[in-house]
Amino acid sequence: MALDKNQIAQRIAKEVQNGYYVNLGIGIPTLVANYVRDDIEVEFQSENGVLGMGPFPYDGEEDADIINAGKQTITTLPGASFFDSATSFSMIRGKHVDLTILGAMEVAENGDIANWKIPGKMVKGMGGAMDLVASAENIIVAMMHTNRAGASKLLKKCSLPLTGVGCVKKIVSNLAVLEVTPDGFKLLERAPGVSVEEIQAATEGTLLVEGDIPEMQF
Amino acid sequence: MITKKVAGVDAALEGVTSGMTMMLGGFGLSGIPENAIAKLVELNIDNLTCISNNAGVDDFGLGLLLQKKQVKKMISSYVGENAEFERQMLSGELDVELIPQGTLAERCRAAQAGFPAIYTPAGYGTEVAEGKETREFDGKMYVLEHAFKADFAFVKAWKGDAAGNLIFKGTARNFNPNMCGAATITVAEVEELVPVGELDPNQIHIPGIFVQRIFKGETYEKRIEQRTVRTRD
Repeated sequence: MALDKNQIAQRIAKEVQNGYYVNLGIGIPTLVANYVRDDIEVEFQSENGVLGMGPFPYDGEEDADIINAGKQTITTLPGASFFDSATSFSMIRGKHVDLTILGAMEVAENGDIANWKIPGKMVKGMGGAMDLVASAENIIVAMMHTNRAGASKLLKKCSLPLTGVGCVKKIVSNLAVLEVTPDGFKLLERAPGVSVEEIQAATEGTLLVEGDIPEMQF
Repeated sequence: MITKKVAGVDAALEGVTSGMTMMLGGFGLSGIPENAIAKLVELNIDNLTCISNNAGVDDFGLGLLLQKKQVKKMISSYVGENAEFERQMLSGELDVELIPQGTLAERCRAAQAGFPAIYTPAGYGTEVAEGKETREFDGKMYVLEHAFKADFAFVKAWKGDAAGNLIFKGTARNFNPNMCGAATITVAEVEELVPVGELDPNQIHIPGIFVQRIFKGETYEKRIEQRTVRTRD
């Protein structure tokens, strides 16, 4: 069975380690916070200017002055801090953030990523994504392996305008966990019940399969 | 002490004319200069170039200026919440420059700090870098991005005093401090204008030297864009 969005987030949460400062993008990445082990110390950064993000507020306690990058009302945890946008991106460009998790429309086998623009159609903007992918050394992409029409989103070359070049290291899709290597997408894990052949069929870029590929553990 | 206090929004926006370039603080609808925007709408000036991370929503924030076609060009990083903006952009009525959020912040800060330009890795190899100077430092490629030049910066703070000192609240801080002193004239509007001496100098986020005019905003709607809550177990 292919994973749903929550299961993708759950699998990615296993990559979050003790002592990490983590930036979560909008969409599936936001869900990762729900699955991080509570016996480790982790702080979530939101690019609009908060470190130490907590859960959504209780009904009636929401504050227009405390939101995340998705413009959702949030709370802060003890030890949290607020700061301006330049400081926020100093944390990002200056490599002080340990892990960046973001979504993608397309990823190429050389690590290129496209997630901000569909020419003539969707024009929302890149937000902080270009700063994040250009600087972070530890980037995990959360994405669906194929689009609604069934076409692969893991490509030899991106067809959409790029967000960054050669920057993606790891992908967790609804079908697989993959590592981006100089030779292509290296298959690390399969979603439970999904075969290597199904993953191969859904991957347009070069897929490297070495030995037995284990199923994901949650 | 040098007094920056002006009577109200009318005096604060004196000298604003059509065709000007202005910075506006805020992230989404959080920390936007609500009173200055309302006045800009009322003044009915047009051909404005607006530098602001977002473009508001259809009926609030910068969306109010867009509705009245007062904006010629927007420089933003993310405009996904505004359908009218997207319509004007796709139809070509509105000139739009989309740039990385960190680059937007740093081009403001560079103007504030007296740097003509900065090198950033953001956008290298993408269409954002087309036509721009690039340079390699320690094996990595960077793009030269120029400081903004603006006539006015409109920012919103939580507390301020007549000396122009500012304190921000929560994530309503965002781009506001980076825009202070980054334009010819910085206009700060505050929720609370407190007597000089009341703010602890240790706690001030932006010293008054970066602010030319300060006034107490008459009202703040502080609209929430995405109200997300959890229920008590």
